[in-house]
Amino acid sequence: MAKNNCKLLISCEGDILVAALSGELDHHGAVAVRTLIDKQISDTSPRKTVLDLSGLDFMDSSGLGLIMGRYALMSKMGGEFCVRNPNERVVKIFKLAGLERMVKVEQDGKESKK
Amino acid sequence: MKDGKKLVGARVVNEMSMRLPSLSVNEGMARAAVSAFCAQLDPVATDIADIKCAVSEAVTNCIVHGYRNTVGMIYITVKLCEGGVVRIEIKDRGCGIEDVGQARQPLYTTDAENERSGMGFTVMESFCDKVRVYSKCGKGTTVTLFKRLNTK
Repeated sequence: MAKNNCKLLISCEGDILVAALSGELDHHGAVAVRTLIDKQISDTSPRKTVLDLSGLDFMDSSGLGLIMGRYALMSKMGGEFCVRNPNERVVKIFKLAGLERMVKVEQDGKESKK
Repeated sequence: MKDGKKLVGARVVNEMSMRLPSLSVNEGMARAAVSAFCAQLDPVATDIADIKCAVSEAVTNCIVHGYRNTVGMIYITVKLCEGGVVRIEIKDRGCGIEDVGQARQPLYTTDAENERSGMGFTVMESFCDKVRVYSKCGKGTTVTLFKRLNTK
């Protein structure tokens, strides 16, 4: 399989699933990590899923699709979803789509806005 | 217009072109190559980040929409112009867009099942000074991004 510049590290904090992304989240990367995250969600049914973006060097609108999709999945399962530590560039793209009004954003573990 | 300098039609001082097959693994390569070429104008970091993202959107469109379920060539030409203007043309010979106006609407997508957000053109428009789209059904699409760079 072709090299993926988007790395995914999945960990559990109690009943919270944390999916930490690093590198470059584009269409190529999103397709690959989406399947892995969804498998983990369906296997463990977490109360909450956190998408940790602190390690991202790049994200385009494919990242928005990934975030909206996981948000929808967790909502359907009656769970919570949030995005952790998006950088300035990522926030800029969030705002274009009005995503910050829909999805909770945490900075360093603290919920800053909804 | 800022400084009275032309955005469209500025004199070209340097240019490069590349072509690559519409494989998603090439998205990173395409934006890295374009931004590396633009770097010779010594732009500020946010302008480089804007270009990377806009190019990524246009190239992804070629892959996901233009050549949906097939592989074809993507042609990219970058022209560095007087006044710090960069002009990036991204072209495919894919299916074309029936209604360009509709495709440019925020959140409009023909591929929601694959989680396309419909924000590609909106990102390009927000991160560039001008975006020109020429498309013909069955012939392909050419997106031209114009951006005036703030140099260091």
